[in-house]
Amino acid sequence: MAEVISPLPGTFYAAPAPDEDPYVNEGDDVEAGQVIGLVEVMKQFSEIKSQVAGTVSSIEVANGDAVTPGTVVAVIEEK
Amino acid sequence: MKRLLIANRGEIARRILRSAKVRGLETVLACSEADEDSVAAREADSFVVIGPAQAQKSYLNIEAILESARDSEADAVHPGYGFLSENPDFAQAVIDAGLTWVGPLPETIRLMGDKAAARRAAEEAGVPILPGSDGLVDDKSQAHDVAEQVGFPLMIKAAAGGGGRGIRVVREASDFDGALDQVRTEAQASFGDSRFYIERFVERARHVEVQILGDGNTAIHLGDRDCSMQRRSQKVLEEAPAPKLPDDIREQMRSSSVALAESCGYTGAGTVEFLYDPQRREAAFIEMNTRLQVEHPVTEVITGIDLVAEQLRIADGEALELDQGDVEFRGHAFECRLNAEDPTQNFFPSPGRITGLTWPDRPSVRVDSAVESGSDVAPYYDSMIAKLIVHGSDRADALDELRQALDETTVDGVATTLDLHRSLAARPELVEVTHHTHFIEETPDVLPKPEQS
Repeated sequence: MAEVISPLPGTFYAAPAPDEDPYVNEGDDVEAGQVIGLVEVMKQFSEIKSQVAGTVSSIEVANGDAVTPGTVVAVIEEK
Repeated sequence: MKRLLIANRGEIARRILRSAKVRGLETVLACSEADEDSVAAREADSFVVIGPAQAQKSYLNIEAILESARDSEADAVHPGYGFLSENPDFAQAVIDAGLTWVGPLPETIRLMGDKAAARRAAEEAGVPILPGSDGLVDDKSQAHDVAEQVGFPLMIKAAAGGGGRGIRVVREASDFDGALDQVRTEAQASFGDSRFYIERFVERARHVEVQILGDGNTAIHLGDRDCSMQRRSQKVLEEAPAPKLPDDIREQMRSSSVALAESCGYTGAGTVEFLYDPQRREAAFIEMNTRLQVEHPVTEVITGIDLVAEQLRIADGEALELDQGDVEFRGHAFECRLNAEDPTQNFFPSPGRITGLTWPDRPSVRVDSAVESGSDVAPYYDSMIAKLIVHGSDRADALDELRQALDETTVDGVATTLDLHRSLAARPELVEVTHHTHFIEETPDVLPKPEQS
């Protein structure tokens, strides 16, 4: 299991835009470097990426919720 | 008006508090959970938490703000700038709740928020506008006719565009068809609306604006400001009065701004923004902002007029106390916006705790700050933490004051744009007023270098 951690404080977004599908859903396969979500800090958006390839076993933060540095955003089951 | 609810945060909440207290009003701050421990919350007579940190759930939540006004028995609402300050539905909801709205009428906000309608209203009031299409264009042959009249370079802007999408600068006639197709395709895909405008594109433009006060019957101006030093369309450094502006252009901007304000029965403080083309010596309407501006202090410093106090007086139903002849301009003022961003890291946001803070302590310096030593800069909102405002007897003196004030300022704990301001204040382009709205982006050596470790 690998945790995807937000390095930043701010607001988490699961999708690139409000009317679009989330970057990933639980059960999806992801590549190393794939975008899991966005964190908005003072109106600037940063991508949060998975460090490893695997399957998304859980997404820990709801869309629009606050995160702090170290918050676990998702858990990936490594391949 | 007895008890004022302030639906905002940071330095502008504190700024409004100051003038409200002088007027003898009780103050209530409507703030988010993240701002419960802010300086503004401490300084207000009381505060009400309206929701969680994220602005969508607090500062942009109309229902929660109205509820906080009811619970605190406030009888008036000041929206500050940003957030809901230019939302006509919020203004209307405040009025419908039986409260006094500190701002222009909802219909004025709505008019100025509609780009095409605002341009028409400006033109009818005699405000100069850029040559361009008269309203929206929807077909190619009409577009060719307009392009021929306007000349190149020109700008094609999607009616529904925004955020840099659906906009193209076209420099030569041979590129026009290709650019037009791109804008229409992009606009249709992004916004479901392929209609567009055509306007002259001004190279190396300056941003100049006129401060207006109106009481619904008459309006006056409080002079002009220059806000040409910008980064990605965000103002960085402002000054008043606007330097190096021909007398006839300054007069045209001021009188036509007053005419526009009077034509829409403007109540309160507003700003008419212009693009100034130094090559052609022509000003043209950009938009009218129906609220207090971030940079209002430079106008206050050179006129001695408290703009927030005037807003409150007018909202309370009083007529303008000032005649145009009462407004006098003394000296020159600059304002630096200090942001918690790292200019050596492409302006990446730098929230965190401020561990040390020193402001200059001289009569020529005013500091409008959101924070003090020990404050936390939250990641959820705009990065501006303070404004440093200086006053000098003339522009050269004000520039000296600015450099000295920046040297005397220290902020520890978070990265800030202080070094960018020090660099800008030393630039010959600022001294000679040859800068323009894209100067910072086009001048990489103006950015401070990362510290060597």
